[in-house]
Formats: sequence, structure tokens, C-alpha cells
Amino acid sequence: MSDLWIHPTLIMLGGAALLPLVPRAVRKACLLAVPALAFAAVLLMPRGDFGHVAFLKWTLVFGRADSLSLVFAHIMALMCFIGTLFGLQVEEDGQHIAAWTYVAGSLGAIFAGDLLTLFLFWEMMAFSSVFLIWCRRTPRSTAAGFRYLLVHVAGGLSLLAGIILHIKATGSTAFVQFDVHHPTTAAWFILVGFLLNAAVPPLHAWLPDAYPEGTFNGSVFLSAFTTKTAVYALCRGFAGMEILVVLGVIMSLYGVVYAIIENDVRRLFAYHIVSQVGYMVAGVGIGTQLAINGACAHAFAHILYKGLLFMGGGSILLMTGETRMSKLGSLYKKMPWAFFLTLIGGLSISAFPLFSGFVSKSMIVQAGFEEHMVWAGFLLNLASIGTFYCNGLKVPYFVWFGRNRCEPATFDKAKDPPWNMLAAMGLAAFLCVFIGCYTPYLYNLLPYQEAAREYHPYTGYHVSESLQLLLFTALAFFVLVRLRKIEPHAGTNVDLDWFYRIGGRAFLWLARKPVQGVDTAVGETYRAGGLRPLMMSARLVGVFDNRVIDGIVDGFAGAIRAVGSRLRFAQRGALQENLTLAFAVAAAVVLIVLFVF
Amino acid sequence: MRLLRLIDFLRDRLMSVVWLGLAALVVLVIVDAIPAVVDKHHAHTAAEHIPGFWAAFGLLGCLTLVIVSKTYGHLGVSTREDYYDE
Repeated sequence: MSDLWIHPTLIMLGGAALLPLVPRAVRKACLLAVPALAFAAVLLMPRGDFGHVAFLKWTLVFGRADSLSLVFAHIMALMCFIGTLFGLQVEEDGQHIAAWTYVAGSLGAIFAGDLLTLFLFWEMMAFSSVFLIWCRRTPRSTAAGFRYLLVHVAGGLSLLAGIILHIKATGSTAFVQFDVHHPTTAAWFILVGFLLNAAVPPLHAWLPDAYPEGTFNGSVFLSAFTTKTAVYALCRGFAGMEILVVLGVIMSLYGVVYAIIENDVRRLFAYHIVSQVGYMVAGVGIGTQLAINGACAHAFAHILYKGLLFMGGGSILLMTGETRMSKLGSLYKKMPWAFFLTLIGGLSISAFPLFSGFVSKSMIVQAGFEEHMVWAGFLLNLASIGTFYCNGLKVPYFVWFGRNRCEPATFDKAKDPPWNMLAAMGLAAFLCVFIGCYTPYLYNLLPYQEAAREYHPYTGYHVSESLQLLLFTALAFFVLVRLRKIEPHAGTNVDLDWFYRIGGRAFLWLARKPVQGVDTAVGETYRAGGLRPLMMSARLVGVFDNRVIDGIVDGFAGAIRAVGSRLRFAQRGALQENLTLAFAVAAAVVLIVLFVF
Repeated sequence: MRLLRLIDFLRDRLMSVVWLGLAALVVLVIVDAIPAVVDKHHAHTAAEHIPGFWAAFGLLGCLTLVIVSKTYGHLGVSTREDYYDE
């Protein structure tokens, strides 16, 4: 190993561990320096396999740096910097630590060369990201966080089951392309784990349930890392699996349909993650060089514009305390820059010429047409219409223009967010336009260089096609606005999380009524038939106990009470704190086991 | 604030902006019919050769999506805001 190789995950974890010790005077500088260092580590990383660690009878590979992992790591590290800048004013160390651990997990999973390492970091992501939801500290976010965690634990178990079966069958832990034409049971289990994290219906409901409940800056991180790490894993393991084309197209339209009827700005954006990841999943399914390039390029562009949109949503939340469009409107005078920058995100996700989505999304659509999947190409273009309708028209219009539906208090306190938030949004917006105008920046990072060189997004036909598609969507939108057909109104849209939210209540009822009833009956019987004889014998034993045992026990009890009274201070009965402690202890145990064996 | 002034400037001339926008739409479809500018050699289906095909696709596609989504919502998917609150 001649080149210096530093795992960016170590930088992020080190930064997270040391952050509470950093003096206040240099705290903000440190907050920016750690993600910048991780980004530099990715930029300077040589290609090759690094970080081999012997574990039991296997070799873990912590650093597989090739073109596929590097393009994802590049954008993840960059987004970590932007996201941290956006939340720079957050005083609570825990939020930054959670975000950085989450990024560390994502980078670790991307560089993982074997399935065990992948699983380790996969779980690290789930268990750290949930704190970005809990930190909002509302009853809704607490509940959404628990649901998020439970769903991800289920997905993680499927992944683990698949990994164990795979290792048992093949004897290999290497994370490489699976046989997608004849997938084994193990491959299906692993695929389900990946699809859950990629939010592929019907395993998607956790995303629009949880992401809108995160903190104003936490959701910016959430929008970037989990789903796109899963897209990376799909690119690595399941390229060319045809069922993914069908699933991808379904999810691109499914997200759009829900976004069209959604009232909450951040939930609308969340549904568009489902929709946009659909393009990437379809790209993975098509599996040609152009399609895989497209999936990577679109993930890259998506992380920036979706981060930008969630920063817009976070600004609205922080500066007005409201994210429901039925309670917003006409805010352009109050927060013009937030409007302008969010609009750039909206134009980028809509694949407007000169914006990032235009040069990335089109690769996937083009690959679909080239592989004679004409239906997929047309349906993905239909989803593009819905994307522009929601992100480029509906949100900008109903939040910043249209009728003022704000409460007086909301409208009065609304103003543009502080400098660091605008700077983060400005940086993301600049990159969205830069990628759209100067294609070599993104194209030179893509895994298949030959296909990337042959692809030219700015042809007369493609520009004409996109402009017609989008501008006539705008025409339809304004006609619908004139007809007052699409005024936002309050409401919840029931999604597939209904099954476990209402199912959970049914389980609770079962536990409370029949199960507890039986328990009480058994208790009664026991008291009458068992307890009285027991009392008799107990009295006899008591005599023996008083005389002999007490002497010994009293000594012990005194010692235990002293230890207990110390421990009591650490244990306040708050479930989330206990979980934090449990995660930390579990992580420590894993580390100790790693080192000992 | 310059950005705000620009937005207000455009809002004050809303009708002109609307007419300009509509003119742009017409120009777009006309340009689409000129083979020298828009080379449809690589189009994948016969329908794409019709001038303004994607314009019609955009307009009708948007209306269809909105109608389908709203109908889907009215089937019982859209419900009251506190639906999940106990």
C-alpha cells in the first residue's frame, strides 16, 4: 500500500466523537472542517482495495475504491458539507453527531468490499439517522422515528438473512454482482433489504412517513443518504435485473400521484424522492452501460437538488413554523431568496435544460428507448410531467404566490433564513446549474467512461422535447389554477404505512383486552389455590431465614444498595436515552469483539 | 432588494408576461416542425415525428395525472388531517 489511504468514515466518526470536546470559539470552524476533510479524503483517494481486516475466518474489506464507489462517495461527502453548513447554527451536539455518524455509515457501506462490512455500516445508518427525526422532539416525530427504526430493523434482518444464506451457499463474503437471471433465495433476501432502503413500493411507506417529521436540517441529510446508498448497492449487485425496470417505473409514477394530492411541502418532496429513485431503480434494471451511468449521474444530481429542495422546506419550517400549503401562500415578499433558490431545485429536479436533472435523467430515459422498452421511456416522461407540476409549479406557486392562506402570526414572523442556510442553498443551487451547464464535471466521474463520452444531452431534439413537455405542463397548471381546481386543502393521504400503524393498534388492543384478561384470570386462580399454601411454607422458611441467612445477606444488600443508588442517576426511564445507551454499548461490544478476535 | 424588485416588476406586468409565455409556447411548436433545427432522425417512435407531439403529451399528460391523482384521493385515500391521532 504505497498511497496514503484514509477512510473518510474514520474522519466522520472521529469528528463526531471529538465534537463535544471542541471549544465554543472554534466550534463552527470545526463543524465545517470535518466534512471538508472527509471530502478531501474522497477526492484524493487512490483506486484499489484497502483496509483488509481479518475477522474470524473471513477477511473484511473496508475500502474498495473504484469508479462506482468513488462517484457515490464524492457526492455523499459533498452533501455532508452542504448539510452541515445548512445546520451550522444548531447548538445541540447530538444532532451533528447523529448526522455525521449517518454519513459515516453511508460512506462505509459505499466503500465496503464484502457483505459483512456492508451490513455493519448499513445498520449504522439506520440507528444514527433515527435521531435526526427524534431530535425534533414532537410526539409525531417520536412515533415516526420508532416506526422508521422498526421498518429498517426488518429490512436489515432480511439483508442479514440473505447474507448468511449467501455465505453458507457460496463460502464467499465478497459483495459483487449477483446472478440476476437466476437469483437464489439468498439474493432475493438481500434484494428485499436493498429495495426497502431504496423505498421501492410496497416497501416505501417509511420514507414519506418519517422524512417530513425530521428536524429542519436533519431531513436534508435524510433526503440524501439512505435511498442513494441503496441505489449504489443495487448498481453493484443487481444491474440488469429486469423486474427492477417495472418496479422503477411504478415507483416513479406512484410517488408523483401521492405528491400531487399532498398538502405538506416536505412530505411532497419526500414522495418525489420515491419518484426520482424510481428512475434510478429503472436505470439499474435496464443495466446497460448508459443506464448504469444514468443511475449514478441521476443519484449525483438528485442528492444536490433534493437536498436543495429539503433545505427550502427546512427554511419554510424554521422561519414560519408551518409546512402545510393550506396554511402558507404569498410569502415571496417575506422570503424571496428562499423562493429563488428553492425554484432552482424545482427546475433541476424537473430536468429543465441548463439544470442538473436534464443531463442525468435523460440518460436513463434514453437507455430505456435504446433497449426498446418504449413503454418505460414514455411512462418515465409522464412522471417528469408530474415532477415539474409538483416541484417547479405547485410548491413555488402555493407557498410563495397565490392567495395568502397564512395565519397572521405565521406571516408576520416569516423572513429569509440566516446567512449560513442561504449559503448552503446557494452552493447547492450553483452546483445544480454548474452540472447542467458544464457536463464534464459529472460525466468524468461516471463508471463507464466510453458510454459517457458518447452521450450528448444537448441535441436540438432533446431540448425541444423537454421544453415542450415542461412548458405545456406549466400551461396546464395555470389553467387548473385559473379554474380553482387545485387549491391546497388540509388532509392526510393514507399510504401503505396504514397497515402497520392501524395494525399496531390492533396488536395493542389484543395485548390489552384478551391477553391481559387471561393474565388476570390466571393470577386470580393462582392467588386462591397457590398463594395460601405458599404463605404457610413461607412462614416456616422465614424463621430459618431470619436466623441464618439474614446475617450473610445483609452484608451483600448493603453493597448492592450502594451500587444501585449510583446507577439510578444514569437510568431515568426515558426510552430513547436507554436506546442511545444500548446502541453505544452494542457498538463498543462489536468493536471489542473485532479487536479481540 | 433587487430580486424582490424584479419579481414585483414582473407581477405588475402580469398580462404581458402571460402573453409572452403563450407566444413562447407557439414558437416552440413551430420550431419543433423545422427539421434543420430539430433533427428527429433519432426519434424512437413514429408519433414523435409529429410536430408538437411532446407539447400535447405534456398538456394532456399533466391533466390526466391530476385527474387520476385527485380521483384516487377521492376514493378514500385522502382523509382528515388528524386521521392517525388517537
